[in-house]
Amino acid sequence: MPEPDTFTVELNGFSSRVWKAGSGPALGFLAGFGGLPRWMPFLDVLARERTVIVPSLPGFPGGERGHTVLDNHLDWVLTTHQLLHKAGLDGADLAGSSVGGSLAAEVAAIWPLSVKRLALIAPFGLFDEKEPATDPWAQRAPDLPGLLCADPQRWEALKAEPEGQNSPEWPIEQTRASEAAARIFWPLGNTKLEKRLPLIEAPTLLLWGEQDRIMPRNYADKFAQGVAGKTEIRVIPGAGHLAELDQPDAVAQAILAWTR
Amino acid sequence: MKLMWFHLMPYTELPDDFREKNPSVWVDIHSSLFDPRRAHHMYNDFMDELEFAAECGFDAICVNEHHNNGYGLMPSPNLIASALARRTTDTALCVLGNSLALYNPPTRVAEEFAMIDVISGGRLIAGFPVGTPMDTCFAYGQNPSMLRERYLEAHDLVVKAWTESETFAWNGRFNQQRYVNIWPRPVQKPRPPIWIPGGGSVETWRWCAQMDHVYCYLSYFGYKAGQTTMTGFWEEMKRLGKEPNPYQAGFLQTVGVAETREEAYKLYREPAEYFYGRCLHIDARFANPPGYTSEATLRSGVQGMVSRAAEAASAPPKYADKFTTLAREMDGIVDKGYVIIGSPDEVAAQLREVAKNLNVGHLMTLLQFGNMSKDVANYNTQLFAEKVMPQLKDVFAEWDDRWWPRPMARSERAALPSFQSAAIAAE
Repeated sequence: MPEPDTFTVELNGFSSRVWKAGSGPALGFLAGFGGLPRWMPFLDVLARERTVIVPSLPGFPGGERGHTVLDNHLDWVLTTHQLLHKAGLDGADLAGSSVGGSLAAEVAAIWPLSVKRLALIAPFGLFDEKEPATDPWAQRAPDLPGLLCADPQRWEALKAEPEGQNSPEWPIEQTRASEAAARIFWPLGNTKLEKRLPLIEAPTLLLWGEQDRIMPRNYADKFAQGVAGKTEIRVIPGAGHLAELDQPDAVAQAILAWTR
Repeated sequence: MKLMWFHLMPYTELPDDFREKNPSVWVDIHSSLFDPRRAHHMYNDFMDELEFAAECGFDAICVNEHHNNGYGLMPSPNLIASALARRTTDTALCVLGNSLALYNPPTRVAEEFAMIDVISGGRLIAGFPVGTPMDTCFAYGQNPSMLRERYLEAHDLVVKAWTESETFAWNGRFNQQRYVNIWPRPVQKPRPPIWIPGGGSVETWRWCAQMDHVYCYLSYFGYKAGQTTMTGFWEEMKRLGKEPNPYQAGFLQTVGVAETREEAYKLYREPAEYFYGRCLHIDARFANPPGYTSEATLRSGVQGMVSRAAEAASAPPKYADKFTTLAREMDGIVDKGYVIIGSPDEVAAQLREVAKNLNVGHLMTLLQFGNMSKDVANYNTQLFAEKVMPQLKDVFAEWDDRWWPRPMARSERAALPSFQSAAIAAE
């Protein structure tokens, strides 16, 4: 696949990187926990049929320190909406994973006309004390890859410093991504999204890694019950929380089929 | 120099196999290990020890704040300090301190500290730590990405609440209050001295220098490990053109004194091994929430004390070199300088060196540590006061301590009630 086009948009005085690849109708993607320090195969599969547009959320790789001016959930939701608008995704199909999935759902709920069809991969935003989500921030560093992916090496490869770089900035950027997620979701991941799910009219596909060790599988049912539009739950075998990393083909094909 | 007496209030009956059977002394330590009937005696012993230290002539007695913590039984140091205010007369009360971002609204801290200052006749030192990740982000659920900014705003609000004579509105980023007007107001004018216990972040060095606050490094790892941090502070002070007044710094040092070094080794071995073995058994999961450590500090490579402890504690032996391994046995504890032990003369000579090397005019001694009994703690305290303290009082005599409480004159302060003296006399 050719390299994606890269451009930036301005948000609250910070710039956010936007990747664009492929051709066909636009399809947006908001990345999951950790963000995207590099392009990944999942996006290549999407780009075979669609113009894939991948904007960086503030604080995540490509999003500078934009998280530092976002103090509450309203700030985050408004900024995400602006980001999608500036990236050219108004009214387009939208996919989001994990933390990005939660913000994609917020935009679909609050601005129903801005999202055509929605695909969410194990989104954050809910909390059930009977079945608490795993705390992704209270982990020993060596344990995290195995919690986020069925195959820990997928996460390690995503996060590995480019060869020969050897700069403190790379690890700082990865910590910043985790901080940005914490800024939105600390301490439980519960943004009371449950109240707004009935506002989502877009047909919504819920994808869940069969081996998700962060978000319990039952949360998919809560999303399905809450969303007003048509929903479907699809469990992805051999995938963990970031299912698009573990099973790029299966996840991308499911999204393409849902938005076709 | 000032010699201060610090209590952490550790739970003294953690089981022998605590480290093997429990993941952490902090955050998720199991409630079944806590016996309130035993803790009743611990609290009373600890407060006796603090009062005894005041009686022995220490310049200050110090308490601090921890949450969900098996080695620090003071979620509210203010409760202890207010009790101490009633049972001591001239000693400074150093509350080190209240983690400002945890109080909503932060004017609660302005009020409680003002109460302690008024009750004690102006003897309060007001400490404002950011607070450890365990206390703030995990036990109290504060967002690590906003903790420092909330803390800085709360500091400004508390200072203004102490010093502004008119009722005012606070229109902050994180706090909004229409009517700020605390009662009571502190005795000390314009306000009690502010001390900042820091973990070694570059911003805190700079901020203390700019605000003219005391910077304190509360190290469990003694003077050898503390050198980097204190050097960093003094270099920042120099860079900003501030004078190197040793009284703008504080340092915590664990000390065990006896007639001879051999006796000290025997006497303090068990409590030291209890402290470094069980009390500092901290799960690395809780040491470093993202955003807690600023990016500037990450770039500088300076590591906070608590995260150091946690990482050292959890490092697999094959990766752990001599520096990162936490010493848990007495030889290592002494070799690495975590605890200074010896005869009064030996201890005095070492502490004089420590004070001069670190340029620290406020030495906070930890003379009760781990599961040390009240008898041993009082022995350590008394021997230190009688034979070590006199050898150190002259250090830094040429400097003015601008950061020490300015209480009301003794003749103006309330006297201890006669029934209290009578009750004590009757014992």
